[in-house]
Amino acid sequence: MLSKRIIPCLDVRDGRLTKGIKFKGNVDIGDPVDMAKFYSDEGADELVFYDITASSEGRGIMLRVVEEVASKTFIPFSVGGGIRNVADMRAVLLAGAEKISVNSAAVRAPEIISQGATAFGSQCVVVGMDVLKVVSTPEIPSGYEVVIHGGRTPTGMDALAWAQKVQELGAGEICLNSIDADGTKEGYELTLTRLIAESVSIPVIASGGAGRPEHMADAVTQGLASAALIASIVHYGEYTIREIKTILAQRGVKVREVW
Amino acid sequence: MLAILDYEAGNQTSVRRALDFLNIPCAITAEPNALLHADGVIFPGVGAAGQAMAELSSKGLDAVLSEVVRSGKPLLGICVGCQILLDYSAENDTRTLGILPGECRRFDPAWTDEDGRNLIIPHMGWNGLHRKQECVLLDNVPLEAEFYFVHSYFPMPSPELVLATTEYGQEFASLFGRPGLWATQFHPEKSGRPGLTLLSNFHAYCKEVAHAQ
Repeated sequence: MLSKRIIPCLDVRDGRLTKGIKFKGNVDIGDPVDMAKFYSDEGADELVFYDITASSEGRGIMLRVVEEVASKTFIPFSVGGGIRNVADMRAVLLAGAEKISVNSAAVRAPEIISQGATAFGSQCVVVGMDVLKVVSTPEIPSGYEVVIHGGRTPTGMDALAWAQKVQELGAGEICLNSIDADGTKEGYELTLTRLIAESVSIPVIASGGAGRPEHMADAVTQGLASAALIASIVHYGEYTIREIKTILAQRGVKVREVW
Repeated sequence: MLAILDYEAGNQTSVRRALDFLNIPCAITAEPNALLHADGVIFPGVGAAGQAMAELSSKGLDAVLSEVVRSGKPLLGICVGCQILLDYSAENDTRTLGILPGECRRFDPAWTDEDGRNLIIPHMGWNGLHRKQECVLLDNVPLEAEFYFVHSYFPMPSPELVLATTEYGQEFASLFGRPGLWATQFHPEKSGRPGLTLLSNFHAYCKEVAHAQ
């Protein structure tokens, strides 16, 4: 029986984690490679790195981070941020990532999805979607709009239609981030998650809003997600991944408990 | 020294990174001589069966693989490398190597998971093994350990070859073969500690065989 995945997300700028990660005891760890190893040892099922570096110099640093993560941790991980074309995808995959993730670039030029899927296989291509709840209109009948630039720029696209389109184009997975829920720690946007998960046949990763392990259980049961993305809940030491998994298992969610 | 077969459809570098981490000497190679003189051969694979077979045949590596097996050299096929050890794959309607009897079929989207929902294809993520026969590759791997899978087609080897099964819509052979000739549908190189243990066990077996010879 396939396990539901718990995926910590790490933001990287110029080869360092943007937020030093505070553990009980207030030790800051800024090295993404050390953190990848730490979370992998703790039982993370997969890792996501978002590279928020702007410069091309920073991109080179990120590739070295990817190589080092791939030589020290042996679980799948994806890399997103700043991937504009197939050459960028190839560089990240060759450096050792399992998957690449595209978001704004896919909105601007959707063919990057099909090009990536043709070159490397759908299983390598994750499409990240940032979604905002809006008033339902003829253009946006679902009442959920795709936004880019971290939620600042509306696209006028319906999230449901976009999810189906990226699947058609060959995306292997959707990482669905609710801008409304993000940062609230009050739980994932379950209506949105379920709406998208029911309308595509590829896995959906729920993102945004995790504050307690129960939220992850809700995302993979009521929300029908295959995986839950988490950040501050583990970065700040509120819970360990093992604690999260124990609580999920107690609630009847199938998770990987031995590693 | 282990040889990792070098061809276009492989994930050779991930396998090499895992072996490097374990301090197991290895080389990525397509040289028949190097393959035939290694202590064991790892045959990785990603992508589609049709392309993988075309790539192997165009380089004459299909014959080399058969020779590796005939000579009694230990071989480990991974993912697509596991599937094309069989006779046939429904993927691209491909006649495959025929080193082990059986074939590969696609997961049927009409099948349902334990919640009664239609299967998501590919089968992607962590899943467990039900052990059917003793297999040294699983020595020191906890019974409840899970492995990482990414595939849309699954192997159906001859029943006597099935060493462990996994459930996804239905039970399929996720580890099969016989001593010295093994195939894993999952990716040991991406399966954390249990996967690394499996690769170490393969290496230990290869060394034993080489020593005995």
